[in-house]
Amino acid sequence: MKKRFALCSLLVLLSLAQADNQVATLRGSAELLDTAQPPAMADEINNDQRRVRDYPMAAPTIPHKIAGYQIDLKVNKCLSCHNRLRVADSQAPMISVTHFMNRDGNFLADVSPNRYFCTQCHASQQSVKLLIENDFISMDELFLKAGASH
Amino acid sequence: MKLTRRDVIKAQAAAVAASVAGLSMPVQATNLITSSAENQIQWDKAPCRFCGTGCSVSVGTKAGKVVATHGDQLSPVNRGLNCIKGYFLAKIIYGRDRLTQPLLRKTNGVYDKNGEFTPVSWDEAFDAMAEKWKATLKTKGPEAIGMFGSGQWTVWEGYAAVKLMKAGFRSNNLDPNARHCMASAVAGFMRTFGIDEPMGCYDDFEHADAFVLWGSNMAEMHPILWTRITDRRLSHPHVKVVVMSTYQHRSFDLADIPMVFKSQTDLIIANALANYLIENDRVNKDFVAKHVNFRKGTDDIGYGLRPEHPLEQQAKNAATANDSESIDFKAYAAFVKPYTLAYAAKESGVSEPALRALADIYADPKTKVMSLWTMGVNQHTRGVWMNNMIYNLHLLTGKISAPGNSPFSLTGQPSACGTAREVGTFAHRLPADLVVTNPAHRLRAEKIWRLPEGTVPSKVGAHAALQNRHLKDSKINCYWVQVNNNMQAAANMMEETYPGYRNPENFIVVSDAYPTVTCEAADLILPTAMWVEKEGAYGNAERRTQFWHQLTQAPGEARSDLWQLMEFAKRFTMEDVWPAELLAANPDYKDRSMFDVLFRNGTVDRFGLDEVDKKYANDEADAFGFYVQKGLFEEYAEFGRGHGHDLAPFDRYHEERGLRWPVVAGKETQWRFREGYDPYVEPGRGVQFYGKSDGRAIIFALPYEPPAESPDAEYDLWLSTGRVLEHWHSGSMTQRVPELYNALPDALCYMHPDDARSRGLRRGDEIRVASRRGEIRTRVETRGRNKPPVGLIFVPWFDASQLINKCTLDAMDPISKQTDYKKCAVKVAKV
Repeated sequence: MKKRFALCSLLVLLSLAQADNQVATLRGSAELLDTAQPPAMADEINNDQRRVRDYPMAAPTIPHKIAGYQIDLKVNKCLSCHNRLRVADSQAPMISVTHFMNRDGNFLADVSPNRYFCTQCHASQQSVKLLIENDFISMDELFLKAGASH
Repeated sequence: MKLTRRDVIKAQAAAVAASVAGLSMPVQATNLITSSAENQIQWDKAPCRFCGTGCSVSVGTKAGKVVATHGDQLSPVNRGLNCIKGYFLAKIIYGRDRLTQPLLRKTNGVYDKNGEFTPVSWDEAFDAMAEKWKATLKTKGPEAIGMFGSGQWTVWEGYAAVKLMKAGFRSNNLDPNARHCMASAVAGFMRTFGIDEPMGCYDDFEHADAFVLWGSNMAEMHPILWTRITDRRLSHPHVKVVVMSTYQHRSFDLADIPMVFKSQTDLIIANALANYLIENDRVNKDFVAKHVNFRKGTDDIGYGLRPEHPLEQQAKNAATANDSESIDFKAYAAFVKPYTLAYAAKESGVSEPALRALADIYADPKTKVMSLWTMGVNQHTRGVWMNNMIYNLHLLTGKISAPGNSPFSLTGQPSACGTAREVGTFAHRLPADLVVTNPAHRLRAEKIWRLPEGTVPSKVGAHAALQNRHLKDSKINCYWVQVNNNMQAAANMMEETYPGYRNPENFIVVSDAYPTVTCEAADLILPTAMWVEKEGAYGNAERRTQFWHQLTQAPGEARSDLWQLMEFAKRFTMEDVWPAELLAANPDYKDRSMFDVLFRNGTVDRFGLDEVDKKYANDEADAFGFYVQKGLFEEYAEFGRGHGHDLAPFDRYHEERGLRWPVVAGKETQWRFREGYDPYVEPGRGVQFYGKSDGRAIIFALPYEPPAESPDAEYDLWLSTGRVLEHWHSGSMTQRVPELYNALPDALCYMHPDDARSRGLRRGDEIRVASRRGEIRTRVETRGRNKPPVGLIFVPWFDASQLINKCTLDAMDPISKQTDYKKCAVKVAKV
């Protein structure tokens, strides 16, 4: 009844003889009426390693813990490292230049207020195994494929 | 030290990145493509697939694949921004387990309700379906057929479904999952204004001086609208944000006035605010005299449970829940008089000064105020009342239909407004606010559809929860679910949903892109094209209709819902679906297929393939031989043009980042009911609520009534369910996007640390959450983003492995038939 076990494809699942749960892949093997054991709570990945984005406009995920970070009317903990004037001390990446642009596309002196709540776009990642793989093909892979067929 | 550590990390990261991308370092370093044609990406617009905000997204395609998405800078909704879900839209269509062929439960090669899902052809799938449908129509008639659709259907998909069900099969058992999210909002609009959907628009965000969130967590559920409120609040220090909820959540981070109130006491708070306005002489008397009527609503209206339930037996006025009687201002003032701020403070647990500060926001004639709400108000056994009561405050003060003064009902789905409400895919509705119970409305539909009088049945069909009950009771036997995951979404899964789907007398068909838990409970699964794999149209919360082109191909044999609906119609002759009397009176319809009668009627099929933009694929036009989407849209638009719901010509929407209806003389409408903005207001009237024949909106006198189920000695906690930022609805798309899954992989039980301690629990412990109806296992979170008060837990419903709707109760608002997902009683114990 473990939730996280890898399923390669629907066909593999279909070939299982009369499995209780036949297709609902996000439930692992747990039949609909079962109450499966929930996985243990995983830690946030905290290795500070930058990750490749699948396309340049994708919001970067956060490579460190943010549990307990205060972001409210008084304080924004993220900006204490990632804002322009703080990055020399912190060696953290500066927030994108787009974050200084207001709704009308004009650059402001400091972070645009509409970008204030960082977690609306950026999330830390937990060290868990994917339930379902994603077959998204990045443009880089398309270039490579195109090159190979020449 | 810091730099040294970073240097090491950087070197490691580069190596990891190279291995992940499958590139050797030199190749990546040298193979620049900046000047090559290969560096080009094709960009097109599409509305986001997720919530009702309706952000526009730029979708990048290359070699037939979606390779990137980003916020559309030309869109007035989001101006280049997306929330975290929107940034990863490109990946939602590429989950490895996409459904690519129809699957029918079979044993030894033949259909068997308990058989294994077996790949079949579309022909075999439709044959099996049609056989069941025809047999049921013959033996039990059209009321034994039902369909459950969605606020995620495109406009023309919903419209085709309405025609198929209400005119073709002649059954009004058609309801959308928007019943779970917007029905109370609709009934609220119809009762107060006589016409559906917000009078204001998103431009109100840049004009308001105060924002009041009634039970809404916009920071997570409407993130891009929250960026506009944040922008306004942080840029203009006089602006105030009030956040009201039964538990603390991320929106509280921006709150000037935070309020955690006891469940159901929002009814008391709303009346107390109205009373405060009256007692402090803050009523806009001129506005009220000119534009408002007063009515007293029926009370003691029950909870929409099964009739034999003790609560329904006790309710005096369950059958007349929507009734009301005319009263005057004095009677209304007397009605709300007992609701003092002191009383509201005592009952709600909110401090009196906080309530006064909120009341003063509504009271001050100079403060422009925007009220915002979604599921906290709508998913409420008195949700229609709550909608009415928020409008009361805006009507008493005249703060309505003007920039920044805006009671704004937010929506949860991308086309809850566009498809579910405007097209009218509800059991009682027809397009453009028409209803099946009104003979003139039915006649109008029949005329536009070129069908004989008497085609559309007058009896209101089964709504969402009633469909599940009818399935369980074998009253509905053929059931088709499209674009939603109702096994996971509907309340009381153990007692109502599951038994209905698995009832041996029923045949359940589910169309989806992914194998959801609803698919698991089905007998036939139809693989479905999604989002930019088809041409589409959505309508967002501010009446904005947005179009997109087909930008890529669906995998395998997956086909759009539209194709499925229309192709299935070909399986029936009119003799199969209409009674002999109707055909005898209208012999022209004899010997024709249902497809021809509904979709080759001279209107839907009037635009040829030559009108399709050659730059884009259009699988449905190719399949049927005419521009299906344009024909359906233009026929549908006839319902609303000249009737306050005007839509622009089809082609224009492909050029625009959407337009807000009514679109009259080529111009969209930002603020309805206000002269100078809304062309439907007669000159000299100033304000005219033209949904009502006398132009007056209604202030309703409505009391507090208790919830259907409250905590007691054994089931001692409130359970509230809801969404989270990173996942959308049941998670069938977002759980398959790695960045979103890894951000929040599993549902958790958010709980007050004292409640955990008193049960011997620590953060991370495995627990059982049980109600009288069912239970799940999950884990305790005491330090998460949601911080409930003592006595309440929050469990999100996105997780297919923790089906929290096994616990919830199918009590509903008896007027709107919308379920209350925010209040039932549970107990929590360590496993």
